[in-house]
Amino acid sequence: MISLEQLTKVYGHGEQRTVVLDRLDFSVDAGEIFAVVGPSGAGKSTLAQCVNLLERPTSGSVLVNGENLSRLTEKQLRVARRRIGTIFQSDGLYSRRTAAQNVALPLEYLGVTAAETRARTAELLDRVGLATKAGHYPHQLSGGQRQRVGIARALALRPSVLLSDEATSGLDPDSTRSIVALLKELRDDLGLSILFITHEMDTVLQVADSVARLDHGRIVESGRIVELLRDPASGLGRALRPARSHERAAADATEWFVSYTSATVPADWLTRLADRLGVTVSLLGASIETVDGATVGHASIGVVGADHEHLIAAARSLGLDARPAQAEQAAQAEILERVA
Amino acid sequence: MSILTIPSKNVPIDQIPALVFPALLDTLLMVGIVMVIVVLVGIPLGALVHNLAPGGLFENPALHSTISWIVSIGRSLPFLILMASIVPFTRFITGTNIGIAAAVVPMSIAGIAFFTRIVENSLRGVPPTLVRVAKASGASPLQIIRTAQLSEALPSIIGGLTINTIAMIEYSAIAGTIGAGGIGYVAVTYGYQRFDNTVMLATIVILVATVASVQLLGDRLVRLTTPHAQTRAPRASRREASLV
Repeated sequence: MISLEQLTKVYGHGEQRTVVLDRLDFSVDAGEIFAVVGPSGAGKSTLAQCVNLLERPTSGSVLVNGENLSRLTEKQLRVARRRIGTIFQSDGLYSRRTAAQNVALPLEYLGVTAAETRARTAELLDRVGLATKAGHYPHQLSGGQRQRVGIARALALRPSVLLSDEATSGLDPDSTRSIVALLKELRDDLGLSILFITHEMDTVLQVADSVARLDHGRIVESGRIVELLRDPASGLGRALRPARSHERAAADATEWFVSYTSATVPADWLTRLADRLGVTVSLLGASIETVDGATVGHASIGVVGADHEHLIAAARSLGLDARPAQAEQAAQAEILERVA
Repeated sequence: MSILTIPSKNVPIDQIPALVFPALLDTLLMVGIVMVIVVLVGIPLGALVHNLAPGGLFENPALHSTISWIVSIGRSLPFLILMASIVPFTRFITGTNIGIAAAVVPMSIAGIAFFTRIVENSLRGVPPTLVRVAKASGASPLQIIRTAQLSEALPSIIGGLTINTIAMIEYSAIAGTIGAGGIGYVAVTYGYQRFDNTVMLATIVILVATVASVQLLGDRLVRLTTPHAQTRAPRASRREASLV
């Protein structure tokens, strides 16, 4: 488990003083994947460097399994860093070392014997599905494979916390999916706390249990993914919904945006809604899926001649939130700009 | 040296090998000794300068500019002037101011200054992420310098070392003018001062061949130390790589 307590990082003094991280407070439990999102300049990379102790926080602390790591001497810090595995962006491999030699780096730094290193390296490469690529150099591997080597290396010293700093940025969707699947598998098998820093909202939806939004060095919103998706007022929930285009409503109909706010939305809510209102309701586009075993969904519908108040009330009784589509679109465009 | 006693103005062609080959050996010996010193001092010094710079491992602007300044002075003096100006120092170190031993001192100073910049420049080409990777993997500063910096920059350093070695062959010829011996000395005393065009031509051919060999060897070493410049992986594994 890793916790941040009032973590603050300030660069410069006096006039040039910039607060990059402002009293961050959150914790990632064992077995949890916690995503931090934000646009560039929000403080994501500084956060990553404070978490893996490459930068010292100005104030506040980083605790791993309850132990405060932010007040250590340089030498103690080197030892402490071993408890946190870091996965860097895909350029983090040494070009003149093979996959196996890259994975062996932390063991080599620690002074582990050659035989032990060989055994552990083979085990790690096998764990990430690259047993046959041990002798390959980074340039002979695909982006996704390189990132797997990076993950194996991050796990070499059996850390309890894994920090992923933009690990899937720059990967194609297929590679991203396979890396995400691997991270979830590792989380389950090894009980890791994973802090996943990214600017890609669709990856957050795939990988994380919880997410926090960083803006100008502060966490402005956070929560469990499912809860955010079910909260119609949540900016993060809105940003997590993939923006897909849908069919236009007929000329005499008004477009509405509907989202699930509870776990008990009936599957036939569309017909029920039409029955209750006594009007025609047409489905223009919808996405209903399960996240962490819970159903979430949203839809665009066209409604002919229903009273606004009635529509909103009828939707609420079915566990849905309804709002005019235009307002929703504007709100989503706005939040997407501020998130990534 | 016995060559000075040869009476005729021009060296007979059949005696040229006996004149130039020992001189070539002297040159190689001189450059060889110098390059060993240059590498032993230049690599640590270059790594130090790089890591004292802003963003380096032991950031220290004052010390960085001091060392950088000294290196720049060594770099900015034309070799002939450097050589002449440090004669007292050379005599203090070696007890003489002629011959190979005396040439090694100014050549090493010029070479170290040259190579320090080459190492510094090569290290600058290593992606900074790799230093962060090493730190995050628990490396000590020395381990970082060895594995994340020098090792990754090795092909570039070898390329620079080749350039440096060739420059030292050139400097050895200049050192030859003040009696250091070697191929430059032969070229100057026979070719230039005695207008012996045959000897001049022979020294030119030998110098060109020597420089070409050094370059060839250097290029080959660069290729050998660069994984992606070598022959590609076997076909099968490449196809696998594109599938996964």
